[in-house]
Amino acid sequence: MSQKLVVIGAGMASGKMLEELFELDASAYDVTLFGAEPRGNYNRIMLSPVLSGEKAYEDIITHDANWYRGHGVNCRFNEAVIKIDRKQKRVISAGGVTNYDKLVIATGSASFFIPVEGNDLPGVIRFRDLDDVEAMLVAAKKPAGKVVIIGGGLLGLEAAAALNEQGMKVTVLHLMGHLMERQLDSAAGYLLQKELESRGIRIICNAHTNAIVGGDKVEAVLLDDQSTHLADIVVMAAGIRPEVRLGIESGLHTERGIVVDDTMQTSDPDILAVGECVEHDDTVYGLVAPLYDMAKVLARTLLGEAAAFKAPEVSTKLKVTGVDLFSVGDFGEDHEEIVFRDPGLGVYKRITLNNNRIVGLVMYGDTSDSSWFFDKLKSAEDISDIRGALIYGSAAQGIDPLTAVAAMPETAEICGCNGVCKGTIVAAINGGATDLAAIKAVTKASASCGSCTGLVEQVLAATLGDDFVAPAAAGICGCTDLTHEDIRQIIKSRGLKSMPAAMQEMGWKTSCGCHVCRPALNYYMIAEYPLDYADDLQSRFVNERNHANIQKDGTYSVMPRMWGGMTTPDELRAIADAADKYNVPAVHVTGGQRIDLLGVKREDLPAMWADLNAAGMVSGHAYSKGVRTVKTCVGTDFCRFGTQDSTGLGITLEKILWGSWTPHKVKLGVSGCPRNCAEATCKDVGIICVDSGYEVSVAGAAGMELKQTVALAKASTEQEVIDLTVAFIQLYRESAAYLDRPYKWVAKVGIAWVIEQVVDDAVNRAALCERFEISQSVYRKDPWAEQAKPEYQPRKWAALADLTLEAAQ
Amino acid sequence: MSNWIDIAALDDIPPRGARVVKTRLGCVAIFRTIDDQVFAIDDACPHKKGPLSEGIVHGNAVTCPLHNWVIDLETGMAKGADKGRVNTYEIRVENGRILLDGSRLLARSVA
Ligand code: SRM
Ligand SMILES: Cc1cc2nc3c(=O)[nH]c(=O)nc-3n(C[C@H](O)[C@H](O)[C@H](O)COP(=O)(O)OP(=O)(O)OC[C@H]3O[C@@H](n4cnc5c(N)ncnc54)[C@H](O)[C@@H]3O)c2cc1C
Ligand code: SF4
Ligand code: FES
Repeated sequence: MSQKLVVIGAGMASGKMLEELFELDASAYDVTLFGAEPRGNYNRIMLSPVLSGEKAYEDIITHDANWYRGHGVNCRFNEAVIKIDRKQKRVISAGGVTNYDKLVIATGSASFFIPVEGNDLPGVIRFRDLDDVEAMLVAAKKPAGKVVIIGGGLLGLEAAAALNEQGMKVTVLHLMGHLMERQLDSAAGYLLQKELESRGIRIICNAHTNAIVGGDKVEAVLLDDQSTHLADIVVMAAGIRPEVRLGIESGLHTERGIVVDDTMQTSDPDILAVGECVEHDDTVYGLVAPLYDMAKVLARTLLGEAAAFKAPEVSTKLKVTGVDLFSVGDFGEDHEEIVFRDPGLGVYKRITLNNNRIVGLVMYGDTSDSSWFFDKLKSAEDISDIRGALIYGSAAQGIDPLTAVAAMPETAEICGCNGVCKGTIVAAINGGATDLAAIKAVTKASASCGSCTGLVEQVLAATLGDDFVAPAAAGICGCTDLTHEDIRQIIKSRGLKSMPAAMQEMGWKTSCGCHVCRPALNYYMIAEYPLDYADDLQSRFVNERNHANIQKDGTYSVMPRMWGGMTTPDELRAIADAADKYNVPAVHVTGGQRIDLLGVKREDLPAMWADLNAAGMVSGHAYSKGVRTVKTCVGTDFCRFGTQDSTGLGITLEKILWGSWTPHKVKLGVSGCPRNCAEATCKDVGIICVDSGYEVSVAGAAGMELKQTVALAKASTEQEVIDLTVAFIQLYRESAAYLDRPYKWVAKVGIAWVIEQVVDDAVNRAALCERFEISQSVYRKDPWAEQAKPEYQPRKWAALADLTLEAAQ
Repeated sequence: MSNWIDIAALDDIPPRGARVVKTRLGCVAIFRTIDDQVFAIDDACPHKKGPLSEGIVHGNAVTCPLHNWVIDLETGMAKGADKGRVNTYEIRVENGRILLDGSRLLARSVA
């Protein structure tokens, strides 16, 4: 006689399990199948296309009434199991008591509702089953309906795309810095966000939900930053939790999921479990592929056959029409990476390698070779032999790049940005354009984003043969072939406002840059988009991140501003007090007319700053690629030769300029007469007061090279001096290469051009001053005051943990 | 035998950043990469003991703030032409918490 098998949950895992079981032995068990939903098994993952309208529910049914009848399954749908009575081996449901010989728990997952006020309001919908889909579709019928989706993972984004298709206004709130952060890196996350935004979906990352508000139904979602997002419905897609209530209540060993062994048996030998509700080897799963493997094992276990579940590699795809994305593997143990980006086509591929084996893979935009890579990952194939062309996928194997380029048809597009095909380039070469620069000039190929530079060079090499001379790399570092000038230009023309955007659109060869390019990119975006771009502290050199100069022993120096080199007894006392209080080993009067406290311990910085702030002093930015000091002399106030108020002018200038970031440091000097006691003529901007007014000169230095300033203009009022100075510095900020001091920049662009921009063109001068002021509305602030705040203490200045007191074991 | 110590939440370290843990053997720098891997190495550069926790983190490497040596976070080895190595420690993330293996750090530190 057959045994009684009771299955709780008619989901994807149990459906697969029953198919396997009946195939192996159709008569071993009498099956009773409980399902809380009022329907049988269906393909849950296809709910997204049902939501978007691409499919109907009928299309995704996997087991229909005929199937159940044919296999003698006693269907108890719309009937949840409430309790398991292990002693008596029976389950209890609304319909009564059902006995079992073997019991399978396949209850799947429950949606996680973020614990905020209002999460239980009507109109807050999960995305788990057909009822949820129907509830969303009702809301979508309303014209101009608004939906807020909480969670920018797989589920949330599929809902977003589908409801957008249905005509709703969609906002996605995502807690982390980029979408699908569990599967994607920031570059792929950026591309995905860009694609979804281009469809009209609003996406807000780093969004901390504060509350869901409404009366008798939801009306809006409120974020911690106080912004409010109106909503007719809210879709909760913030994650799932294994549905383990029955397991816990019946005393089965349950951790995050119901714990099973390799045969899918729980801690009770007559109870087995499968699907998302189980935990195997400390892991719970949320995608079907491994669940199907479990289902196969479970069917065999039920028939007494030996079988064992082995955790497979799980890959992710997003089922959004028009989005090609693939992600798999562990980014946990990679030694090396190979990155390929095609900004024109929006393609990003990243392979991580450990020991010449692929361990992780992210692909966006072109996933045609994903299974080829995935096979290599699963089989742990040694790829050393094919490494050179690995990233180009299966088609490139065994072909050397030059032959491939030679074989390309004349019509093949080489430069995506400017639509230049191979034939045009070859014609240009034959017409005498025999190097990259010439081809750029003649055809515009590689003249925009530059990512096809390599290809253009290969066309050159293939066409010229031995006559081709490979150019030296011009890139600012190993991560790119672009020059500083190219990078600035592209950031401006393409509106790039984040690190991932910049690196993707300019085809960076590494996934997150290096210590050379990141500070440069950070500066360029600060300079271009002061209001929109968020300064990236992690891309700053230590001095600028910690607002102090690091010393050779890891201590720091602290240098408060002394406006125009002036100080007071009170300031000097505060400096002396700080030096005493924090045991400062050295105090030095600097060449910049202020006082340096050297050898300060890192952990003392915030308290010392707070003390100096209390005495009215702010950071002197002695550490920054920014405005440093304005040296002055005593001028008309005291000196018998003084012609104008050089001290006052210096202070005014410093108060306007301080805090601004520049490509390299900027120092100023204001002398009261041509005797030039403030050494103004070897500064980045030097002002000499004369009887008739002021002489403004620029581009001096007295460091590794000694440069005397060159004349910019004469001025008759202080205001004119200020405008000229500000406009000059803003022009420098907007057009110099990172780490070029003004004298280097002026040597490149020519003082004539600078005079044209700053002196001759009054309208342009005013515009430069205005842009400087916009930037200063953000940056004219004391960073010490900010970072000395108590909330910074645990986040930045304190040690993460102190194990010095921990006992040894 | 490992001795996993719960140090902090992963979110206490900014991505592409580091914080230090004080031990009786000196500071250990805990790094978090852009893709949320964590690494623990001694906070002293093999060159002249620069505080690696203050360097710029890129990929699975950090550039020392003092003279730009690049240190591989996984192996502790200096990359490129530079030669040298720092100690690495076992570390992992579980449920958003950072766990550091204290067996070496604590065992050798008995006063
Ligand atoms: C503190 C000070 C020396 C002193 O005790 O007097 C100083 C100290 C440093 N200078 Fe300087 N410079 C100091 C005045 C100068 C001057 C004189 C001046 O400003 O009138 C010069 C020549 C003028 C000039 O800049 O053209 C000067 C030319 C340099 C240079 C070469 C710059 C160049 O373009 O060639 C560097 C290297 C660099 O910036 O790349 C440099 C770099 C440094 C650094 C930041 C080196 C470093 O990266 O660690 C030193 C930081 C020490 C510290 O921890 O505080 N320092 N340095 C002076 C601080 C002035 C201030 O109040 O802010
Ligand atoms: C919209 C959406 C899209 C998805 N897309 C993908 C994808 O592209 N790729 C992928 O691999 N995975 C995807 N998934 C995940 C996949 O659907 C799940 O991994 C899979 O369905 C889990 O199978 P399961 O049988 O464990 O649970 P489920 O399929 O959730 O089935 C569990 C069933 O048990 C029922 N139940 C619960 N408690 C009881 C009880 N006490 N009594 C009776 N019945 C009960 C539930 O009502 C449910 O019907 C997606 C999921 C959703 C919701
Ligand atoms: S002159 Fe050289 S040693 Fe002296 S402070 Fe300047 S950078 Fe340092
Ligand atoms: S101390 Fe690290 S590079 Fe010199």
